[in-house]
Amino acid sequence: MTELLGLSILELCYIAASITFIMGLKMLSSPDKARKGNLLAAYGMGIAIIATILFKEELTADKWLNYTLILAGLVVGTVIGTRMALKVQMTAMPQMVSFFNGMGGACAAVISLVEFDHILHTGEVELGMMIVIILGLIIGSVSFSGSIIAYGKLEGKIGDKALPAGQILNIVLLLAILGLGTFMAISGEPQAMYIYILLGLSLLYGVLFVMPIGGADMPVVISLLNSFTGMAAAFGGFLYGNQAMLTGGILVGSAGTILTVLMCTAMNRSLTNVIIGSFGGGGAAASGDGEQGTIKEISATDAAILLAYANKVSVVPGYGLAVAQAQHTVHNLEKILDDKGVEMTYAIHPVAGRMPGHMNVLLAEADVPYPKLLEMEEANDDMSNTDVVLVIGANDVVNPAAENDPSSPIYGMPIVDVLSAKNVIVMKRSMGKGYAGIENALFFHDKNRMLFGDAKDSLEKLIAEVKNL
Amino acid sequence: MDSVLSLFYENREFIFLIIVSIFLGIEVISNVPAVLHTPLMSGANAIHGVVIIGSIIIMLQADPTNYFALILGFLAVVLGTLNVVGGFVVTNRMLEMFKKKDK
Repeated sequence: MTELLGLSILELCYIAASITFIMGLKMLSSPDKARKGNLLAAYGMGIAIIATILFKEELTADKWLNYTLILAGLVVGTVIGTRMALKVQMTAMPQMVSFFNGMGGACAAVISLVEFDHILHTGEVELGMMIVIILGLIIGSVSFSGSIIAYGKLEGKIGDKALPAGQILNIVLLLAILGLGTFMAISGEPQAMYIYILLGLSLLYGVLFVMPIGGADMPVVISLLNSFTGMAAAFGGFLYGNQAMLTGGILVGSAGTILTVLMCTAMNRSLTNVIIGSFGGGGAAASGDGEQGTIKEISATDAAILLAYANKVSVVPGYGLAVAQAQHTVHNLEKILDDKGVEMTYAIHPVAGRMPGHMNVLLAEADVPYPKLLEMEEANDDMSNTDVVLVIGANDVVNPAAENDPSSPIYGMPIVDVLSAKNVIVMKRSMGKGYAGIENALFFHDKNRMLFGDAKDSLEKLIAEVKNL
Repeated sequence: MDSVLSLFYENREFIFLIIVSIFLGIEVISNVPAVLHTPLMSGANAIHGVVIIGSIIIMLQADPTNYFALILGFLAVVLGTLNVVGGFVVTNRMLEMFKKKDK
């Protein structure tokens, strides 16, 4: 086989892979084709990987170690990755995505390290190469350490911690990284020490960048880090003149950025505000223990009567529903109420749960039909006709402070307007605060009744009571 | 100045490709319903696993006696594979739940 033939096959495979990435992403945005789209992109990736191994370099006997290690790496990664992905609980999906994203970032950073080392040995310094290597290293490492922190936070292993001068420190650190990076690019004399300092600083920045961000902002951060890794992959594509890496990386970079912006818009905040303004840390300064009223509890029996004699019931699900694994139970309640002629729908806040669409995925798992899942605006339009709103494990997305308390850290975020409905029942484990760590005046409102307990237990009690009526 | 200009000129095709891809990325997902935000993010996450190709190229080009490159390259292949395989499997699991069973 001539070398030209092999290289042509390789490029054809890259073109094919790029097409599957574009088609895959396109299909992922339509419910019917999403699964096929994912598989299509996966096939494309497989083709690109195999073609690279076979056709990129001439197969020679003296590189047996290289090939063995490539295959070993592929096997190890596949076995671990598949096991992790198959074992993870639905509730833990967001952190799983964050973790895999971090792996991609680390991969990009390691590539930069090796290429830098290569330049050190050959001594051939090219401005373009240096820029790409340095940017790949910075973005890859920030994405890696940031994703791992996000993973730890969502797993509950790492708490929200804001350093006293966190913001200033972050800006100084970012300037230092950019300064050192620029210096390394234009100095023309690569030194091993600098790249490791840059690596350390970038890893530290990723940690400090995500550390103070909490609560409602976590989805935005994961999406942002996702697009970071996309960019890092694209820099890799630049480095090797590889179109598959370039298109794949840029596609994810831009699509991820748009997704991030969509989420910020949904929360009525700007991206800079999310990045610089710390959500979790700032919460302490805002509305403290001020206006506390009395809360009114409701028994499962009374709640069941309220539900069974309503015309319209709206459920506002939140992270608590996911934690309690109550998606099937809530669907059962819906079916029983349906038998009684009660119309029950779900009001899905765009950032309910820990990721956008988290609630949709969860409820889809329980076979809740699509038309029952209303987006927030649609649900709000209908709220004044709703008799009972059942808030299950949601807190910040129904906090009226977002509308009427300018000092609140979530001020300006659109919320599900539950107070327009005739009755509100909040199902909660305790009076604990939401993920954003702030009080919720809704709980003390006249219209509201609290039903304490684990979401699943409470729902089961409700079902039993409704059946008895 | 000259070096910047030549950098631009030598890479003009890539820059062109990047700009087109950016708009393509925006266009392709702009109509995504909120239902699919999580799977889309997860699917996109798997796609940027293409970095793995870079790690394979490193391994292919590494001198068999350059253990630094071989070890780091191996690490990169593992990390990249985790991203690709884990990403696609998780996305598939999420999307499996969207299968309509009532039809």
